[in-house]
Amino acid sequence: MLVPDLAAQLSDMAQPVLSASAEPAGLLPARQQMALSLGWHIILACFGVAFPAIIFVMHLRGIRRDDPVALELAKRWAKVSAVLFAIGAVSGTVLSFEMGILWPGLMGTFGDVLGLPFAFEGLAFFLEAIFLGIYLYGWGRIPPKQHLFMVLPMAVTGVIGTYCVVAVNAWMNVPTGFRIVDGEITDIEPWAVLFNGHAFAQFAHMWVAAYMVAGFSIAGVYAVGMLRGRRDGHHRLGFIVPFAFATIAAVAQPFVGHLLGEGLDERQPAKLAAFELAETTTEGASPLRIGGVYIDGEVKGALDIPYLGSLIAQGSLEPVPGMDTLPAEDLPPINITHWAFQIMIGVGILLMLAVLLYWFMRWRGRDLLENRWFLRFAALGGPLAVLALEAGWIATEVGRQPWIVYDVMRTPEAVGEFTAGLWGVLGASIVLYGAMTLGAAVVLRSMARRWRAGDADLPSPYGPQTAEAAGQGAKEER
Amino acid sequence: MTLETAVAAALFFGVVAYAVLGGADFGSGFFDLTAGGSKRGAAVRTLVDRSIGPVWEANHVWLIYVLVTWWTGFPASFAAAMTTLAVPLTLALLGIVLRGASFAFRKYSETIGQARLFGAIFAVSSVLAPFFFGTVAGALASGRVPAEGHGDLWTSWLNPTSLFGGVIAVGACAFLAGTFLTADAVRTGQDRLAEQLRLRSLLVGVVTGAIVFAALVPLTVDSPTLSEGLTGRAAPLIVLSALGGAATLLLLLRRRPGPARFTAVLAASSVVSGWGLGQYPWILVDHMTIEESAGARATLQGLVVAVGLAAVVVGPALLYLFRLTQSKEWSGAGH
Repeated sequence: MLVPDLAAQLSDMAQPVLSASAEPAGLLPARQQMALSLGWHIILACFGVAFPAIIFVMHLRGIRRDDPVALELAKRWAKVSAVLFAIGAVSGTVLSFEMGILWPGLMGTFGDVLGLPFAFEGLAFFLEAIFLGIYLYGWGRIPPKQHLFMVLPMAVTGVIGTYCVVAVNAWMNVPTGFRIVDGEITDIEPWAVLFNGHAFAQFAHMWVAAYMVAGFSIAGVYAVGMLRGRRDGHHRLGFIVPFAFATIAAVAQPFVGHLLGEGLDERQPAKLAAFELAETTTEGASPLRIGGVYIDGEVKGALDIPYLGSLIAQGSLEPVPGMDTLPAEDLPPINITHWAFQIMIGVGILLMLAVLLYWFMRWRGRDLLENRWFLRFAALGGPLAVLALEAGWIATEVGRQPWIVYDVMRTPEAVGEFTAGLWGVLGASIVLYGAMTLGAAVVLRSMARRWRAGDADLPSPYGPQTAEAAGQGAKEER
Repeated sequence: MTLETAVAAALFFGVVAYAVLGGADFGSGFFDLTAGGSKRGAAVRTLVDRSIGPVWEANHVWLIYVLVTWWTGFPASFAAAMTTLAVPLTLALLGIVLRGASFAFRKYSETIGQARLFGAIFAVSSVLAPFFFGTVAGALASGRVPAEGHGDLWTSWLNPTSLFGGVIAVGACAFLAGTFLTADAVRTGQDRLAEQLRLRSLLVGVVTGAIVFAALVPLTVDSPTLSEGLTGRAAPLIVLSALGGAATLLLLLRRRPGPARFTAVLAASSVVSGWGLGQYPWILVDHMTIEESAGARATLQGLVVAVGLAAVVVGPALLYLFRLTQSKEWSGAGH
């Protein structure tokens, strides 16, 4: 296992150009580039992980109850997922390239330490892509009962894929499975990385988050439809199935997240201090600090609730170790980390309360789908879940800085030798991702519009002539 | 065979699979691009939709497989190649992103105007991605990636071997795709379309073959190590590839696109394998061998487990998908 002071030895391996104060010119654009591409992909990844199970339930209902509304919904969702998974697959590929191009110091040094989980993730992705093709194109071509089960492997590979990718991130937070002797990395145990102790809790947090994002987003689409007066069975069913998934996820999430946070004071005290905005170690229990900013070593404008900080973070009345106990060069950007963390928690709790309110009222015999204010909130559920997701990733990633591999490798040591020209690439990437977002929005909206107009199959606009040709051809067939 | 060589072989198997399967998907973009106006090209474009739609994402995963196996098994050479070849790799990546996104967008476009826009992006990016991957292969094979990485950002891929590599990659992808599309058109009984594709594939095949021959001389000067390997150890594979290419042309001439698919795959896979065998034992030619670049033994063993598992789990699923897409029920119009 790791002894922290060995980290110093590793620093000797880093390029000598780096001094503690001078940041490489490419560092900031590289980090922003990674943040943009990861932040964009993670939303699509959530759909890749959670949508198949939601489609499965709808499809199952359609077949079991011979329910044409459910079948039609499943069919439409499959088409939507075709678009989302395509841009999810390519945006995921961007990350694979960026790992090497932007962070050669990380991949060249630790590729064989952290690589094995990625190999298994690749395996899961393979199966996902294969069954996606079979399921999407299997409508009307595979016997219905058999076809239904072609979507299920994707829900399973979503679990495996999420676990594997998050295991690598967990390893970056809590490195294990190697030793550093005289600046050389030895005794590599790749399986210890795949099954590292921190991976499961972090995986669970992300997996549940995926169901929140997909569930709230899809339900929100039908909430908008109901707000516009479309109150048929199609909209109610389209709302309630993903909302049920989102409910379970939203109620579980605060507990899952709390479990993940346990022991953070030992693992990454600087991250915890930033989360809690603990500038000094208090005597006795730390307060829960809501809001506030950290300027020149002082916290301003925070709402302090006594005791609660220690109770939540530590599970005791022990104080949260403050930033004063840590070297300044080991502290992350405090305000971003703190705000991202609290936005995640705040939005997560809001969503949990909202779903609880819905089911409570329903149990009391009142359907909140009749209430326009609830529908308006439900329409915002997707964006709110995405906000919590992004805030959570910012909290954990920015909170790990200045380390890329915690306590072992600093982020400037990992970045490639780029010039400030990398900002140009970032600018081009912003345009590209903007265009892809716009393209997806235009296409998905037009699909919905055509469905409402009664178009079921959505043939391509250049298709009909060929459909005739194919029909003609079929007759000619030997 | 040493453990290092075994993992390198598994890695290279992925390169071959991506070149053939992913290559055929990219290549269909070439026919999409040259199909003509929206009315005249409708038949080709619909055929392209139908023939790569169910499989392109699965075929794309071979690229992920290659990247992951490379950085896990041979991390130092991976970092060196990625930093040196950042420009062509980024451009290839741009091609991949635009191809995948616009392919999906085009299929569900509402108006012909949208379909034209997305279709043009799809087709152009489908040609660019293999070109830049070809230049990357040329850079690795001609010894332009230094072991410590950060080689020249421009001359590393703007050189004779890389440029020939890029053009040959585009041609080979198009030839593969043309053969497959012709066979698909015949299977769905679109005889006129099949004839049009057959002639174009023949043309692409002849031009690509000519470029390969033209490349031989500059290659011996620009990449002596690779040339030595290609004319020595890998010579049988190169001959096999030439025979496969010639047989494909012959079969296409005789209107037998079905069997031509197999000879085309043989030609493409043996030339890519020939490159791999030709540069063995180098991973970065003249700079770093497979052995020198290999990661920890335990990790390589782990990779062997992962690859073995993939062969057992992914292999049958992939074959099932391919069998379905080549079946009669899946060839008709629809989704």
